[in-house]
Amino acid sequence: MTMIFGIPLQAFLGQLLIGLINGSFYALLSLGLAVIFGLLRVINFAHGAQYMLGAFVAMLMLQYFGINYWFALVLAPLVVGLFGAITERFLLSRLYKLDHLYGLLFTFGLALTIEGTFRYLYGSSGQPYSVPTQLAGGTNLGFMFLPIYRGWVVVVSLVACIGTWLLIEKTKLGAYLRAATENPILVQAFGVNVPVLLTLTYGLGAGLAAFAGVLAAPIYQVSPLMGSNIIIVVFAVVVVGGMGSIMGAILTGYMLGIAEGLTKVFYPEASSIVIFVIMAIVLLLRPAGLFGRDV
Amino acid sequence: MAQPLLQVSNLNAWYGESHVLHGVDMTVHEGETITILGRNGVGKTTTLRTIMGIIRERRGEILFSGQDMSRVPLHRTAHAGLGFVPEERGIFSTLTVEENLMLPPVVAQGGMPLSEIYELFPNLHERRSSPGTKLSGGEQQMLAIARILRTGVKLLILDEPTEGLAPVIVQRIGEVLKTLKDRGMTVLMVEQNFRFASRVADRFYLMDHGKMVANFPVGELPERMDMLHKVLGV
Repeated sequence: MTMIFGIPLQAFLGQLLIGLINGSFYALLSLGLAVIFGLLRVINFAHGAQYMLGAFVAMLMLQYFGINYWFALVLAPLVVGLFGAITERFLLSRLYKLDHLYGLLFTFGLALTIEGTFRYLYGSSGQPYSVPTQLAGGTNLGFMFLPIYRGWVVVVSLVACIGTWLLIEKTKLGAYLRAATENPILVQAFGVNVPVLLTLTYGLGAGLAAFAGVLAAPIYQVSPLMGSNIIIVVFAVVVVGGMGSIMGAILTGYMLGIAEGLTKVFYPEASSIVIFVIMAIVLLLRPAGLFGRDV
Repeated sequence: MAQPLLQVSNLNAWYGESHVLHGVDMTVHEGETITILGRNGVGKTTTLRTIMGIIRERRGEILFSGQDMSRVPLHRTAHAGLGFVPEERGIFSTLTVEENLMLPPVVAQGGMPLSEIYELFPNLHERRSSPGTKLSGGEQQMLAIARILRTGVKLLILDEPTEGLAPVIVQRIGEVLKTLKDRGMTVLMVEQNFRFASRVADRFYLMDHGKMVANFPVGELPERMDMLHKVLGV
C-alpha cells in the first residue's frame, strides 16, 4: 500500500477531498460575508441562516412544487437573495447611522428568529435531499473513489467564487462597489445610487449563502441547525483572510478547509479546533488578516 | 441679464446642533469662474457641500438651471449637472487611474472624451494602470478634476484645488482651469491661494461667519485689497 507521511495514500487523499469540499463551502460563505462587510460594514450573523434557508427552499420547492435540484440551484438563491434585499431595504438600512454593533445585533436576532421558526416548523433533525441522478455515483480515480457530486461541488463553488471575484474586480458595477466601500458619500455625489447598491450587495451576499446551502443539501442533512453549525468556522475564515478582502476570503476558505481535512489525518483530536488556533495565531501576528490591509 | 445657472438664497446649514451657514446668498452665471474666499472655518467648504447636497441639514433655496435642488437626493445631484471635486480629492485606492477616471457616470452629453482628457493630462495616460493613490498629490488633483470633466456636468465645483501642491503644479492647474473656461465651463471654487484665484476667477465672494459679506468682479480687486486683508487676516 502506498504511504505518504506514514499515512495510507487513500486516507490522505480522502481527507484532502473532504477538506476541499468543506473549503468550498467556507469559501462561498466567507465570500458572501466579505462582500457584505466590505460595503455595508455589517457583520452579517444571519449568513448561516441564509445558507440554511437556501437548503430549505430547495427542499420545499421539491416537496411542494416538484422543482428539481437544477432549477432550485438558480431559484433558491434568487428567493433568498430577494428576502435579503427586502430585509436590508426596510430593516437593516435603518441602522447604518448607528454604531456597527447594531447591525451585528440585528442580524444575530434575525438569525435566531429564522432558525427558531424553522425548528418550530420542521424540528431539529435533518431531512434528506437526494443527489440529482445526473451526479449520483462515483468514479474510481485509481488511487481513490471520488463521489461525482462532491467533485461537482468543488468545481461549481470554484466557478461561483471566481465569477463573483470577476464581478467585483473587473466590471463597472464592481468598481462602484469598491469605490463605495472607500467613500460612499462621494460615489453618491457622482450620481450612483449607493442605497440601491447596498441593497443589491446584501441580496448578492444572501444569494451566495443560499447557493452554498443548495449545494450542501445533498451532502449534509437539511436541518435548521446547519447554518449555526458552520457559521462560526466561516467567521474564523473571514478573520484569517482579512475582513472585507474578497480574494482573501476565497483563498482562506479553501486553505483552511484543507488544513482542517489534513489535521483529521495527522492529528484527528485537533481537527475541530485547528481553524480557531490558526485564527488566534493570525490575529496575534497579523491582526488585519492574511490578505487584509492594515487600517 | 440671463437667469443664473446657480442661485443660492438664504442658505442655512447645520452639523448636528451646530449652525454653520447663516443665510448664504450667491449667484453663478453660465461660463463664469467664481471663487469663494475666506479664512479657515468660515463655512466655505460647507457651502459647497451643502449646494451639492452632501450636507442634508439645510434650509434655504438652491436653484440650479431653474430646478429646486433642496429636495433632490444626493445621487441625483450630479444628474442635474453639478460635479464635485472634494478637498481631499477622493481618489479611490482600490481602483486604477483609468477606473477612477471612468467611475462617475456620464450624466449628459458634451463631456470630454477620454482621448481629449489624456491629451489635457498626459501624465494620467502614462499612469492609467497604476492604483489611483500611487499618483503624486498634483496628479491626484488632475485626476479628480479630469474624472468630472468626462461626465458632462454644467457646473464644476472645486474645493481648494491647489492645497498642498507645488507651485509648478498649481500653475498647471491654473492652465487647465483657463482651458476649461475657454470651453465655456462654469466653475465654482473655494481657494485659499489668493494669487492663484486672482489669475483664474471672474468674480469673488468673500465669506465670513457663515455668510457672504462681499461680492465683486476681478476688476475691482485692487480697490478691495484693504478689506480683503482685514477679512482674510493676510
